[in-house]
Amino acid sequence: MNEMIMPFILTLDATLRLASPLMLCAMAGIFAERSGIVDISLEGKLLSGAFVAAAVTTASGSVWVGLGAAMIATMSLSALHGFATITHRGDQVVSGLAINMLAMGLTIVVGHAVYGRGGQTPALTNDLRFSPNTLWLSDMLKDVPLLGPIYSELLSGHNLLVYLALISVPATAFILYRTRFGLRLRAVGEVPEAVDTAGISVFWLRYRALILGGLLCGIAGAYLSVALGAGFAREMSAGKGYIALAAVIFGNWRPFRALGACLMFGFLESLSTRLEGVELPLVGELPTQLMLALPYVLTVLLLAGFIGRPTPPAAIGQPYIK
Amino acid sequence: MKTFLLAAATAVATVIAGSAFAASHGNFKPAVIYDMGGKFDKSFNESVYNGIKRFSDETGIEVMEFEVTNEAQREQAMRRMVQRGATVVLGVGFGQADAINAVAGDNPDVNFSIIDVNWLNQPNLRQYAFKEHEGSYLVGMIAASFSKSGTVGFVGGMDIPLIRAFECGYQQGARAANADINLLGNMTGTTPAAWNDPAKGAELTRSQIDRGADVIYQAAGGTGVGVIQAAADAGKYSIGVDSNQNHMAPGSVLTSMLKRVDVAAYNTMKDAMEGNFDAGVYNLGLAENGVGWALDENNAALISDEMKAAVEDAAAKIISGEIMVHDYRADNTCPVS
Repeated sequence: MNEMIMPFILTLDATLRLASPLMLCAMAGIFAERSGIVDISLEGKLLSGAFVAAAVTTASGSVWVGLGAAMIATMSLSALHGFATITHRGDQVVSGLAINMLAMGLTIVVGHAVYGRGGQTPALTNDLRFSPNTLWLSDMLKDVPLLGPIYSELLSGHNLLVYLALISVPATAFILYRTRFGLRLRAVGEVPEAVDTAGISVFWLRYRALILGGLLCGIAGAYLSVALGAGFAREMSAGKGYIALAAVIFGNWRPFRALGACLMFGFLESLSTRLEGVELPLVGELPTQLMLALPYVLTVLLLAGFIGRPTPPAAIGQPYIK
Repeated sequence: MKTFLLAAATAVATVIAGSAFAASHGNFKPAVIYDMGGKFDKSFNESVYNGIKRFSDETGIEVMEFEVTNEAQREQAMRRMVQRGATVVLGVGFGQADAINAVAGDNPDVNFSIIDVNWLNQPNLRQYAFKEHEGSYLVGMIAASFSKSGTVGFVGGMDIPLIRAFECGYQQGARAANADINLLGNMTGTTPAAWNDPAKGAELTRSQIDRGADVIYQAAGGTGVGVIQAAADAGKYSIGVDSNQNHMAPGSVLTSMLKRVDVAAYNTMKDAMEGNFDAGVYNLGLAENGVGWALDENNAALISDEMKAAVEDAAAKIISGEIMVHDYRADNTCPVS
């Protein structure tokens, strides 16, 4: 029984690993977009976070210092995005794109100048990474039918940041729907005039939303370079920020629906690595190129077929003029 | 003060000696263009760098260098080296083939050399190709005889015939050592980004380990760092490539398939300096010491005397022609799968 479901469980296990950075970035996107700011700079923040986490961990010898530095770096980029779009009412897409280009260029240039390894940072040893945590009782429960492998393989044995990503989803939902800050944040993305009339600063609320998103992107970046990987590689974010943004839209700007989209993207990616070179019934072995394109093809199909009519926040993309 | 003077005097003496030496070689000015992996990639480019360094240490001649950071820079960089008076330019990797072909055609008086290319035709261009399938055959034998699970894996970088040749040689060697061995293979991608995606490399490695593999060979440039790390994380074994990568996770890297690009780089510079530079194609295999496998203090405990003897025997047979290792590039097929 446990033998038979094992491949399935292990694929889901990989899904969780691959979906974690997407979840964190998607929650960051939800905060920003719910406050009325388009945030395509998720990709750039993710990449900078990954670079800073790896570089600072190498330099300081502590993965916690690396994580902290990554969060500070990405929050600064968020503040920059805010400065351009909130304070100076710049175009939000242009500013986001600028941050993405800045991150892509700067990480390579600085990486080259400092380490001379084609933009990579030195490989980190295991004590300088977030290593897997085994959950309580997981060894004992391993042999229980069905639930045993689900607990000990799927849920246990991930690093701390995966659990943090999982917690970020209900936390985001709680903040958005159950706190005063969340209510105001949603309002500022719909009718900022009303919030302003009530005597609350629209600018300050939007800044806070962006910076909160920056913090989450920093964690996601650190996850890529010091938890899942052991060092930074050029362009290692590989479009995950954009996929997270697609998940936000796919999830209709709601945390749990976006989580579903992130898990779907993660599942498709893990499936493509697992099905490559495997004989499938009826069709035989599929070519590498097709397997690698599969997540993107399915994304387009699913987005085109199932999303329906998205309802974005009403004031999104419009700078607020008092 | 005294030590300072001494150091200054030594420095001056070195400069004089150096310039005198350089002068004796006329206007010989070598240059090297490293590719996207970067000079210290712990793999392909670093191996070239080691060859260049050896040349510089022995002769005292500085080699001009440039590290390409995006594809568009390759041709630019080569032309700039020629403008700066380079008399011999070494290109690193098949990615520079088109660039070097164009620049060599425009500058018939300058010598050019390129590694991993054998299909160009210019009278002033030397090309080095390696019989990677022969070296991969040997590490495939080591992998299969070491494997306890009966499954061994391969993770390639970009899906091109060169990398398929690594995989195919490896699989032939594995089957030769154990006819029942189960073979897994994955390619990271179909674009040059596949050389620099350690996270994907690690994920592919985990998926192969989940499917039973306990030895995984990688030919994937920077992506291979992720393979080695993931195998070490899981307590399994990996095989390095190009440079000796045994030190990257001591005790977990079973061995490394050596591709002596450092020899190619060194010979290019040396021949050009001595006026022996000739164009044409050099195919370096086991017989020419162009490929091999690594045994050092990091993996000595993993390689048994029997394995060593079997591999050395096979190497001798490949050199004598008794064992023919099929080259994937010859007909784009592999006899085993």
